[in-house]
Amino acid sequence: MNSDSTEHTESWQPVIKDGTVAAGPICLGYLPIGLAFGVIAQKAGLHPLEIGLMSLLVYAGSAQFIAVSMLDSGAAFVPVVITIFMVNLRHLLMSSSLAVYLKDISKGWLSLYAYGVTDESFALNITRFRNGNWGWRRAIVVNHTSNIVWIGSTITGGYCGDFIPSGAFGIDYALIAMFICLLVFQLRGLLYMIIAIIAGFLAVVLSLVLPGNSYIVIASVIAATIGVFLQKSKIFIKLNGNQKPL
Amino acid sequence: MKTDYLIIVLGMGIVTYIPRWLPLFFLSNRQMPEWLVGWLDFIPVAILSALILPCLVTAGEPRQLELFRPELFVAIPTFIFALKTRSLAGTVITGMFLFRLVEMFL
Repeated sequence: MNSDSTEHTESWQPVIKDGTVAAGPICLGYLPIGLAFGVIAQKAGLHPLEIGLMSLLVYAGSAQFIAVSMLDSGAAFVPVVITIFMVNLRHLLMSSSLAVYLKDISKGWLSLYAYGVTDESFALNITRFRNGNWGWRRAIVVNHTSNIVWIGSTITGGYCGDFIPSGAFGIDYALIAMFICLLVFQLRGLLYMIIAIIAGFLAVVLSLVLPGNSYIVIASVIAATIGVFLQKSKIFIKLNGNQKPL
Repeated sequence: MKTDYLIIVLGMGIVTYIPRWLPLFFLSNRQMPEWLVGWLDFIPVAILSALILPCLVTAGEPRQLELFRPELFVAIPTFIFALKTRSLAGTVITGMFLFRLVEMFL
């Protein structure tokens, strides 16, 4: 595989191959969720093409579920749009984190990249970027492969979702398993483990008391900030002296 | 397609795109202070943990603590499998298989 610097000149063929293969776990996870979304949206009175349009323009799983339930109960433009904005604010953090790895790319490509930032594509690509053998073009292929599967599965769900059995092959667990593995990849030392524990604990507690999914952003920001202070503190440097990565 | 629907979906699309686009457009290709790079380096591990744990130990609307869930049972061996093998595809398949197994017996 190639580093960022050679990726600009490389032909697209190996890039597309690596990207689509890497997107596999995401696609596996999007398929059942997309089908389920299609079924629900169709029952809420949306035509499969309207469903496809939403998946194309919004491309955000949980936000789309929320939007459909709001539309179904007759909500107006402003409340729907504000809710969707709040639900997707977490992408602000993800794109900021990705920006560290996306250098020397034209503004046009960056704007295209931004379209494909989801929880799943972010988690997968940031892990690969961090490992060093990943480039922005492969990451964009991951984004768009996932995007195509999402749009396709939501439309399919809108047409014939009722005929697909739910829960087959444990597919409902695909994304959770992927996140667990990507979390393991991120545990690169004691400090990262401490941050993960703080973030997870805060997220659970906050999810019980705060409405919506604001707990994700709040827990992550607090945990990462504590991480920065811990990294600077003398006690931690001493403690971490002979720590091996997991 | 109804115009009302089109306008709502367009509005949703714009407010979803902006948080994805702003940081990439303005932070990439820019020298960031060291503390910010360090902070952003901790964001992935924090977000992943914040995304996963509530899925494993809470349920319902509004959310309530619920520790005896197949999601949590399966997460433990899945986590260990990921730790030992470091294989993404393997972990996804193992997790799915175990989840199916647990669901069949519950």
